[in-house]
Amino acid sequence: MATYNKHILVCGGSCCTSGNSAQIADNFKSTLAEKNLSNDVQVIQTGCFGLCDQGPVVKIMPDNTIYTHVKPNDVRRIVEEHIEGGKKVEDLLYVNPITGERVEDNKEPNKFHKKQIRIALRNCGVIDPENIKDYIAHDGYMALAKCLTEYTPEQVIEVVSASGLSGRGGAGFPTGKKWASSARAKADQKYVVCNADEGDPGAFMDRSILEGDPNSVLEAMAICGYAIGADKGLIYIRAEYPLAIERLKIAISQAEEMGLLGDNIMNSGFNFHIELRYGAGAFVCGEATALIHSMEGKRGEPTFKPPRTSEKGYNLKPTNVNNVETYANVPIIITKGAEWFSSIGTANSKGTKVFALAGKVNNVGLIEVPMGTTLREIIYEIGGGIKDNKKFKAVQTGGPSGGCLTERHLDIPIDYKSLTQAGSMMGSGGMVIMDESSCMVSIAKFYLDFTVPESCGKCTPCRIGNKRLYEMLDKITKGNGTMEDLEHLRNLSVVIKDTALCGLGQSSPNPILSTLDNFWDEYVEHVQDKKCRAGACKDLVQYEINPAVCVGCTACSRNCPVEAIKGELKKPHQIDNSICIKCGTCITKCKFNAIRIK
Amino acid sequence: MSHIEINAEKLNIIKDICAQYDNRPSDVIHILHGVQGALGYLPMEVQEAIAKQLGIPVSRVYGIVTFYSFFTMEPKGEHPISICLGTACHVRGADQILEEFKRVLGIGVGQTTPDGKFSIDCLRCVGACGLAPVAMIGEKVYGRLTPNMVTGIIEEYN
Repeated sequence: MATYNKHILVCGGSCCTSGNSAQIADNFKSTLAEKNLSNDVQVIQTGCFGLCDQGPVVKIMPDNTIYTHVKPNDVRRIVEEHIEGGKKVEDLLYVNPITGERVEDNKEPNKFHKKQIRIALRNCGVIDPENIKDYIAHDGYMALAKCLTEYTPEQVIEVVSASGLSGRGGAGFPTGKKWASSARAKADQKYVVCNADEGDPGAFMDRSILEGDPNSVLEAMAICGYAIGADKGLIYIRAEYPLAIERLKIAISQAEEMGLLGDNIMNSGFNFHIELRYGAGAFVCGEATALIHSMEGKRGEPTFKPPRTSEKGYNLKPTNVNNVETYANVPIIITKGAEWFSSIGTANSKGTKVFALAGKVNNVGLIEVPMGTTLREIIYEIGGGIKDNKKFKAVQTGGPSGGCLTERHLDIPIDYKSLTQAGSMMGSGGMVIMDESSCMVSIAKFYLDFTVPESCGKCTPCRIGNKRLYEMLDKITKGNGTMEDLEHLRNLSVVIKDTALCGLGQSSPNPILSTLDNFWDEYVEHVQDKKCRAGACKDLVQYEINPAVCVGCTACSRNCPVEAIKGELKKPHQIDNSICIKCGTCITKCKFNAIRIK
Repeated sequence: MSHIEINAEKLNIIKDICAQYDNRPSDVIHILHGVQGALGYLPMEVQEAIAKQLGIPVSRVYGIVTFYSFFTMEPKGEHPISICLGTACHVRGADQILEEFKRVLGIGVGQTTPDGKFSIDCLRCVGACGLAPVAMIGEKVYGRLTPNMVTGIIEEYN
């Protein structure tokens, strides 16, 4: 067997794969083979590192060197200079966004990693997700073995309950309580379901876990099966996640081959089989009853609760439904103990939460922080602050069901309770940062634009109410709104929340209510002054070139996609607002800040 | 309503896919995924053939096809363009990218160019938020887009 003295970890997460990281890994393998180094250096394609906007990312161990924005033709240089020559490739080194310095050794945790604790993401970016042996080498399937040999099903549920783990899909329902309810239900057949229908726009936590560490979810599902008395597991996954599907299929077949899934697991007499079920693009299917109908081959329409899915779920049998991240926490809770897990977090929320940090922040990526971390720590320390030194305006959590929080919320320690009290919610973990160029009325409209077609149409408040909300917001962003509309907006929002059938409608007005509360002035400006301070509402703005600043370099007119800018070389240019589509290209191209929005 | 017959070759593909799932109605969503993958889209006559094969009313198949946004009854272009309109892409200017694709190709969302080459669709998050704004052409992901990159990208396929 080869003993490797160096490992090259190539990120195989979604963002890096889009940047051709598979080719990079192949190039490393072929270059190493050519130099007879294949037995000394191992190339592993891992899950997401979390440094998503720096991709493709390559990490060399044990040197702790991170190379960013790597291209396939950089591979030879890295092998020759770093692996063979022992000298780091300076121009590819990770740049610390705060200091602007290139980092040679990432052993000393920088701020991006220091505030983080990786529990659900423990193996992402560390192991090869397509090789179960790598997972096993990192204590994989130890928890399942411990449950099967040392614990009764009741004891497993006790540990999960005592850990304080709660549903990471957003609602925060205690996981142990859910399991206990399915365990109590009497039936000849029960099911364990993993909800991998990650639908929130701007969220990619579950995808990263499934792509980076699929076995942790399989192991947890088997543990749950043992605890509640089910021998069948189903993973409901979005068809839009082909890489995650591929890796799950590989993991399932490897686990079956090794006897870690299937019949008589580890000679314990316990059977557990896992199958995949594909979603087909319906946000409402993230709701447990809708998800179950979809798995049964029906339209994904929710039904009244009770009965809860834990009593009557898939095929009307007791079904435990948890989301990907919740399951990913389970094996390590079993191996390290409930006490260890519950020591992390706040009084009412235990453990960590994974967030997909995106939007106008310097370090876009996947992060995992203990409950109780403040938004300020996430945005300014882990996130490295706002892009281009602009001013922070809002942070959106909870996706279309959540809300927008502002400057004054930055110092609350986040957990399920505090975010709800502040008018947003934890949600599944999307966290989008906005700067002053985001118009909050448009953001509310954006979410309603998303919710309206996603309503399944079954209940009236959601089907018709959300559409009316959208129309009012549209009217306001076009400069035709009245103060009365603002009042209607709030009243209708409250009515929909109170009367809708499922979680989708009960939370869809949240983006409106939270922006009305936190950005009332902006709504009023749109209505009374016909003004959009962010310059985002196209009907309310005009572009103008300041003739005193314009030097006539023609950069704007050459790049204008609709030829709306005219002018002679070295003379101030003008914009014809009747042609201008307000795409903003000229603003990004102008080096002199001569173009303004009024 | 006029009835369009489906050719034998297509019918065999449909029968094969249904047979892989033992003609189980509960697997209709998987079957529709398979058939759309093979035939590109799910027009009425294809839905009828599937319904017949599974022994369920065509209304149930139609109800599912129209419920889920992944399924389409219209043929897509040779190079289907999908613009991500997730939140991260939205705050980084995805709507400007969409407008530019629409302008350059002269078609709207859900439409296909007359030569059948390109079609435009919007999708929710593709999970590549680090590269926002993002568009996909076929399987290829284009990230960190600006409106003036659009013409060049389309030319790659001409």
